[in-house]
Amino acid sequence: MDINARETHAVASSAEGGAALSLHGIHKRYGEREVLRDIHLDIKPGEFVAIIGRSGCGKSTLLRVIAGLESYHAGSLDFDGTPAAKSEDTRIMFQDSRLLPWKRVLANVALGLPAERYLDALDVLTQVGLAERRLDWPARLSGGQRQRVALARALVHRPRLLLLDEPLGALDALTRIEMQTLIEDLWRTNGFTALLVTHDVQEAIALADRVVLIEDGAITLDQRIDLPRPRARGGAQFAALEERLLQRILHPESTPGGIRLRPLRSTLVA
Amino acid sequence: MSKEGTHQIGQRLLPWLPPLGLIILWQIAAQAGWLSSRVLPAPWDIARAAWKLSASGELWQHVAVSTRRALAGFAIGGSAGLLLGLATGTSRRLEILLDTSLQMVRNIPPLALIPLVILWFGIDEAAKLFLVAIGVFFPVYLNTFHGIRSVDPALIEMAKSYGLSGWRLYRDVILPGATASILVGVRFSVGLMWVILIVAETISASSGIGYMTMNAREFLQTDIVLVGIILYALLGKLADLAARGLERFWLRWHPGYQN
Repeated sequence: MDINARETHAVASSAEGGAALSLHGIHKRYGEREVLRDIHLDIKPGEFVAIIGRSGCGKSTLLRVIAGLESYHAGSLDFDGTPAAKSEDTRIMFQDSRLLPWKRVLANVALGLPAERYLDALDVLTQVGLAERRLDWPARLSGGQRQRVALARALVHRPRLLLLDEPLGALDALTRIEMQTLIEDLWRTNGFTALLVTHDVQEAIALADRVVLIEDGAITLDQRIDLPRPRARGGAQFAALEERLLQRILHPESTPGGIRLRPLRSTLVA
Repeated sequence: MSKEGTHQIGQRLLPWLPPLGLIILWQIAAQAGWLSSRVLPAPWDIARAAWKLSASGELWQHVAVSTRRALAGFAIGGSAGLLLGLATGTSRRLEILLDTSLQMVRNIPPLALIPLVILWFGIDEAAKLFLVAIGVFFPVYLNTFHGIRSVDPALIEMAKSYGLSGWRLYRDVILPGATASILVGVRFSVGLMWVILIVAETISASSGIGYMTMNAREFLQTDIVLVGIILYALLGKLADLAARGLERFWLRWHPGYQN
């Protein structure tokens, strides 16, 4: 099975598919301060979930907990029904590209890859459209190109769960839209489960099947997005949804129904 | 040749203008009799002395001996500094164990050890190697330690989450991240290497450039003394060029070293 997957040479083949993730009652404290409280979240294989919230709400911490970069104090984290994520199935992409400046682009993509799969690195680099820059130093790339290399570096491991920690936050508006399209395309061809932390509501709606809002360390909204893909940002439904979510984030108390609400689902099915 | 080409050559020659001017003034002053040849022989006389020494092969013999001492001492002290710096930089426990002692030893000027070194090794080769090695050790040690400690923790976190650990983490992330700082230590200690060797050779030696100049002093051969001094300047510059060559090569990824 494993050998077959390698022989077909389909990089990040969808044969393995996405991982299911479920969090039960995750708590995390920094000293006295509770940054995550009682987080319950079930993510289906291949689902694209966006986590939004104001800065400091705990959304990045949640992602780091899932990535295994931070510990948690209570609760359980199941990966395909078994406790604790296998790290080779999970890859994280950070806000800053974190490319090694002393390795050329291709060597950066191949970081941590066994020697016999070195060619895969070139394939994935081609997928993100940077094959011709493979021998450049990272310092020579633009911010958007660096993030594309970082994306390739994450995907070359054929992750079943891809964690994206505000990866587009530092990019200009045009590059960001390009990157969103790229991420969506790669997600659709490769079938991994994606978890995106962002403060950009529009980005969340454009990409995600579900948008989860975290406020003060707790999940306060879990919203399905049933718009057809690819999603045009100018559409009336898109705009209405964006407006509602923004209002919800900015004025939490004014929303009728209080904490958990899923009222938009029926009206938004296209 | 294009205008730009001539401009570039001009840029290259510009740094050599002040020393050249100085030498011309010096020659004029010596010829006019303003300078006693005992105090400062004319540049032309120094050049002649240098020519005579090198034609007889004596000069090259001394240069070879001194260079060998400098490089051997640098190899010993530099690699000890590198290894210990890597060790204390990587392990907190080793840092606690060793750093205080090393900081104490660091504050002893290596040249203050000369009497002790002569008692231990006589005026043997070992004495010179020991002094150079001690002097070279600390710049390399301190900068290696600092380099290891200042590797971006975000890169280490990334590499670990991408499955790197142990030797691979060291080779791909920690060591390259510390290289810039280590090379600063190397450049610094290359300068120090000559300073210490000169003093060691003038105090106790039977060969080498330092010996040659001290010998010449006994016979009031000021021109040969100056040949020795100029040789040190040239060798020092050469060593610095070599160290910069290493920087160019190992830091070629660094925007600051790309021309």
